[in-house]
Amino acid sequence: MTDASAAPPAGPATPVGPTTPAGPAAATGPASAGATGNGQVLLRAEHVIKYFPVRQGVLLQREIARVHAVDDVSFELRAGETLGLVGESGCGKSTLARCIARLYPLTSGSVVFEGRDISRLSRRQLRPVRRDLQMVFQDPYASLNPRKRVGAVIADPLHIHHWGTREQIKKRVSELLELVGLSPEHVNRYPHEFSGGQRQRIGVARALAMHPRLIIADEPVSALDVSIRAQVINLLDDLQDELNLTYIFIAHDLGVVRHVSDRIAVMYLGKIVEISPAEELYQRPLHPYAEALWSAVPIPDPDLSEQRTQIVLEGDVPSPVAPPSGCRFHTRCRYATEICSQQEPELVEYGNQGHLAACHHPLNLTRAEA
Amino acid sequence: MTAEPLLEVRDLKVSFRTEDGIVRAVDGVSLSLAPGETLGIVGESGSGKSVTMMSVMRLIIDPNARFEGEVRYKGRDLMKLGQDQIRAVRGAGIAMIFQDPMTSLNPVYRVGWQIEEQIRAHEQISRQAAHARAIELLAAVGIPRPAERVNDYPHQFSGGMRQRVMIAMAVSCSPDILIADEPTTALDVTIQAQILNLIKKLRDDFGTAVVLITHDMGVVADIADRIAVMYAGRIIEQGSRRDVFYDARHPYTWGLLGSIARLDRPKPRRLTAIPGLPPSLLRLPPGCAFGPRCPHRFGLCDERPDLLDKAGDGHLDACHLDLRQKEDLRETTIHPELIEEAT
Repeated sequence: MTDASAAPPAGPATPVGPTTPAGPAAATGPASAGATGNGQVLLRAEHVIKYFPVRQGVLLQREIARVHAVDDVSFELRAGETLGLVGESGCGKSTLARCIARLYPLTSGSVVFEGRDISRLSRRQLRPVRRDLQMVFQDPYASLNPRKRVGAVIADPLHIHHWGTREQIKKRVSELLELVGLSPEHVNRYPHEFSGGQRQRIGVARALAMHPRLIIADEPVSALDVSIRAQVINLLDDLQDELNLTYIFIAHDLGVVRHVSDRIAVMYLGKIVEISPAEELYQRPLHPYAEALWSAVPIPDPDLSEQRTQIVLEGDVPSPVAPPSGCRFHTRCRYATEICSQQEPELVEYGNQGHLAACHHPLNLTRAEA
Repeated sequence: MTAEPLLEVRDLKVSFRTEDGIVRAVDGVSLSLAPGETLGIVGESGSGKSVTMMSVMRLIIDPNARFEGEVRYKGRDLMKLGQDQIRAVRGAGIAMIFQDPMTSLNPVYRVGWQIEEQIRAHEQISRQAAHARAIELLAAVGIPRPAERVNDYPHQFSGGMRQRVMIAMAVSCSPDILIADEPTTALDVTIQAQILNLIKKLRDDFGTAVVLITHDMGVVADIADRIAVMYAGRIIEQGSRRDVFYDARHPYTWGLLGSIARLDRPKPRRLTAIPGLPPSLLRLPPGCAFGPRCPHRFGLCDERPDLLDKAGDGHLDACHLDLRQKEDLRETTIHPELIEEAT
């Protein structure tokens, strides 16, 4: 049994020198504060920017606009912690995840993983990195090759990384199946013979094959039925304890995110507007957007549901092609004043627990903070 | 129930003949809906909640489908109506909105045209008058600048706005009943809150009865008067909203309530998962369909339980446990940790 995390990176040495972020200068400092994971910093995103070009024309495709999918995002992730990413669809949470996993090239900024800037690595150089950094996708129907047996699906990463002999691979595959709560006898079945929850378990087994350190789970339970959802969440929880995994967990179900996360980052139109330890964020949201998001979540309790006053956000998320000036949330914010449309608020820390928000009129401040 | 039911489903059975055998999608469902009432139908995929309501609307046109039972609406059995007669009921009497507002709208027609088409199908009215009504309806469902947007195509609307257009279309002929099949599942929470508020407002303004189909207990907590929980093609619990949330009597409902990661409570260490998988509708287990996954299974469960009103209070359940046992088991099943911590 080889332990991938202990092995030295096999790729050719790359210069790890400091890269100068090309993005607009903003305070990064405090983003690292208050990480709840006890370990070392595993991943650091610095001024990550991802724009998608909007082109027009047939031959000469002129770029006529840019979708500001992720716009200057910085955060740190410590080994062993779970960072939840929440926000409405189109806020850039999936794009950010894919930038970190280098499934998309970055427009600018850097991603430092295990002390090494991976944002400029070539495909070949990325291969050893990908052993330690894996993804689990939303749709368990689309993310498994329907023509491959489950054994082959899970063994794929092992083959790609030239891991072990045929016998060792066989043994590892049944270990993995057992680890995710499936029977090793299922190794010769095809994906269609499994239910959604079981397929998601197969996706998790495949991600775990090479002993990754970081797993990015993009809406891993959204496609599953309620009764199955809890099973998969509990499985991810157990695996984290057992294998000392670090997660970036994306979900639009805020209850689920709160349940799994140590820290949560709230995104709106390509920016992190608030990042905080999970419980703190639920008890004391500083950003009006976070407050509105929480208040929109239906409460499965008729009395509480009737008692609370819901803040219903008007309208839709503005287009990320031309985000609003100043604070991007000001068009839907009920506290917005003149400054909000003129000046972009910076992400600053309130208190000393690593609770940061980017707002001109933060809510729920203690006297000391105000 | 004080008022005469507006809609009454009696022992509805729907099965599909497939290559692998007969799928019993709906297996003896009885429901009633009073005027102005909101009924929530909760269940997972494959529990038969959509098929039940699609059958009520007679929307399942499949040579391999078999229907039994009665659907009484205004003294008529909808199951016996011809295509022309049912078409007059759809839209004008009972209207339906679906989960995916993109596929329910025709992408090559302007939304105004699609709303007008429906109005003109049911009423003798001029094109101009229908157009004016379409604009009024778009305004009523909260679409800004309705006079301009009426000429837009569906792709020019966001998901939430499209769902509003669907609702405008559904209420265009002032139906008695609005059936909403997972109307907010494809939407973000913030937009979901907008749409649910809109449905509530229309219900209160026009006195429309609403059937809300969902998999999310949270969605019905605020809006439903009564709730029916479905599992494997049957209703396994039915009662008032308070009954189902505060006095749930079926272990499956307990499991559903326990498996929600809730924001209004302290975070539990683990979620209460329901073990196993829903049964295949091709081969339902002989006894209680939930039996194989139920932590409280006992001898009697080999016999299929009927949906009964055991306490005589209008709260029905299909479970063999007696009421006293349920009282004792409920809290430990929904929140095992609360008990752990107390001891």
